[in-house]
Amino acid sequence: MTASTLEQVRNIASDIFGIPADKITAGSSPETIENWDSMQHLNLVLAIEERFGVQLEPEDIEEMKNIGAVAALVEKLQSAAR
Amino acid sequence: MILSFVSHSNSNSTLGEGHPSNLRMEVDRLISAGTFDLAARRLAELWRRDPASGTASFVISRLEELREKTGSSQLALTKFKLAILRSFTVEPIVPLLRAEAFAYGIDLEIHIGDFNTYVQDMLDSQSSIYRFAPNAVVLAVRTDQAAPELWRDFADLAPDAAQQAAERVVGSYEQSIGAFRKHSQAALIVHSLERPSSPSLGVLDSQSEAGQSGLIRQINRELRRIAAGFHGVYTLDYDALVARHGSEHWHDERKWLTARLPIAAGYLLPMAREWMRFIVPLSGRTAKVLVVDLDNTLWGGVIGEDGMAGIKVGPEYPGAAYQALHRALLDLSRKGILLAICSKNNLDDAMEALENHPGMLVRAKHFSAMRVNWTDKAQNLREIAQELNVGMDALAFLDDNPFEREQVRAALPEVTVIDLPKNPLEYASAVRNCAAFERLTLSAEDQQRSEMYAAQKQRAGAEQSFQSKEDFFRFLEQEAELEPVSDLTLARVAQLTQKTNQFNLTTRRYTEAQIAEMAKKPDWRIFSIKVRDRFGDHGLVGVAITHDVGGQCEVDTFLLSCRVIGRTVETALLAHLAESAAHRGCKRLEGWFLPTKKNAPARDFYEQHGFEFQVTNCDGSLWTLDLKSSTLRSPNWIKLKVAAEATLGGRI
Repeated sequence: MTASTLEQVRNIASDIFGIPADKITAGSSPETIENWDSMQHLNLVLAIEERFGVQLEPEDIEEMKNIGAVAALVEKLQSAAR
Repeated sequence: MILSFVSHSNSNSTLGEGHPSNLRMEVDRLISAGTFDLAARRLAELWRRDPASGTASFVISRLEELREKTGSSQLALTKFKLAILRSFTVEPIVPLLRAEAFAYGIDLEIHIGDFNTYVQDMLDSQSSIYRFAPNAVVLAVRTDQAAPELWRDFADLAPDAAQQAAERVVGSYEQSIGAFRKHSQAALIVHSLERPSSPSLGVLDSQSEAGQSGLIRQINRELRRIAAGFHGVYTLDYDALVARHGSEHWHDERKWLTARLPIAAGYLLPMAREWMRFIVPLSGRTAKVLVVDLDNTLWGGVIGEDGMAGIKVGPEYPGAAYQALHRALLDLSRKGILLAICSKNNLDDAMEALENHPGMLVRAKHFSAMRVNWTDKAQNLREIAQELNVGMDALAFLDDNPFEREQVRAALPEVTVIDLPKNPLEYASAVRNCAAFERLTLSAEDQQRSEMYAAQKQRAGAEQSFQSKEDFFRFLEQEAELEPVSDLTLARVAQLTQKTNQFNLTTRRYTEAQIAEMAKKPDWRIFSIKVRDRFGDHGLVGVAITHDVGGQCEVDTFLLSCRVIGRTVETALLAHLAESAAHRGCKRLEGWFLPTKKNAPARDFYEQHGFEFQVTNCDGSLWTLDLKSSTLRSPNWIKLKVAAEATLGGRI
């Protein structure tokens, strides 16, 4: 996982969850971020798809258990598309 | 590149001063420093540069912070309440819509109905949408919900049954829209039904009007008919919207099946923008004048350097791109939007191209004002607004040069600045897609507006040649025609209440449905005034609404388009209100002056006409005229014609 993908995902999460990016780590998850509910999860998925030009499968979305997993998923999809 | 359609302005992401992440920090810094105006402008800039879902969440959170600290009127935002009735998940579209509205100067409050309860919501006068008291309601229902038999089980239906199903769908719409209009005066925007991209019978489906697509088309035709039967009901052509972006791209089956969201991530913004094309004209944040640059905007190249033979404009590439823009401009002009020129050029060079270049589709005569000189553009725009008698916020500005655009934005934040894409082939659609030019109704006045401005120039010339105002008024031979609002004038009357800012005593905005409702009440009177003179017809330019209560007549609304102000028509209209109130036995005529940022021209109106000051409160001041002792008369140089009571029937 490159730092830049993780950083971009953190920035998106910062916008969506309304918390500063430096408070978000690879380990941040619905347990540590208070308003990471199902609607915000959908918003996060949409923002990721929009920003990175990827298409997430329902199975992928279930895998998005923390910010690090989201960044790893984005990289996997991007390298598969290349 | 999936993002390319989203914006023409988000491609410049070199990490500089305007980079989105730096802009975010700047916004926060400005908010904590208490510089709210600038913070709001930077926030709008952030949205223009990076109109994405994440950005929308940021924009909305900071907008709410700003609103809490300073209020939307301080930020010069127009408040607008929108309810969305829906058969699918619209929640992720909401932040995008609110951010986009903010960029148009609108503070949008949104209420979302429950899934698929739209029929009950519309039928039940106690439902939450009516309690929300929206300005507008979107009925966002998809074919699978509105016409499930036609969508899913079409192959099972006999031809008769299919036709009956289509008729049932139409009947249900007719019933709920009728109920809606009874319970609410809000505007209603109805999504038309989308046709299936793969009809159940394949190519056979398109061989008959009775196929799946044909029947859905029939429903959509009927929807347009139903909408036309009501005031303030409009259809949004959802089928065409999907087609424009491509059905395969627009849809995301995964999200539909897992989250009831049928639209793919990249197309939520186009959906929001399509709604904005209705919300902007409904909220009155429209542009009335488009001011265009010349070199590299109206033609390719620089006329002063390349000359007539060198500039690119004509039916072939690359000149065709500019002709496409010309056609877009002419279409705006047909909708009543005035065109003007602001260019740094030698006037002779510019006129030569405008008058004589064979490739030009727009000519000098299409422009109501011109500033071709080497002066700063912001100054020229101020002069154009003054010459055309409109506020700065009525101007839109089109220029290929990003430096000029930024300069205008900084100097004149009220002006709508259109971000022209780099490629001239995209110029025309940048203009056509700007919601500030949308209109929901078109009056005769709109269609003749540029001719009327030409007559206005002649009038101004004549005025100079008279010694006294009175001589000029007599020379003008003004005729004013007063009549109660009718089916024919309702749309224009509502439009004037929504658009008139300067000579408007109370600035109360009304929809067509609200006016129609008022007209039904016996104590209310709604007059329109048409004016013409020896130079031409001004059309319907004024509205007065009065309300009789307990022996006095209160002026609810009194407004006139600024192009007739100062020629005593306003006195004639007020005199008529006084006369007719006295005739009905009222003892006093009273009216509020409610000051806004723009209605200073109307401030002394009551005082100048012999009204006495009564009281002042935080909204404004109250004035009354004793009808027994009043000497208010219509000036004898105006020929005043008063029509008998007209009726408002037909549409509901």
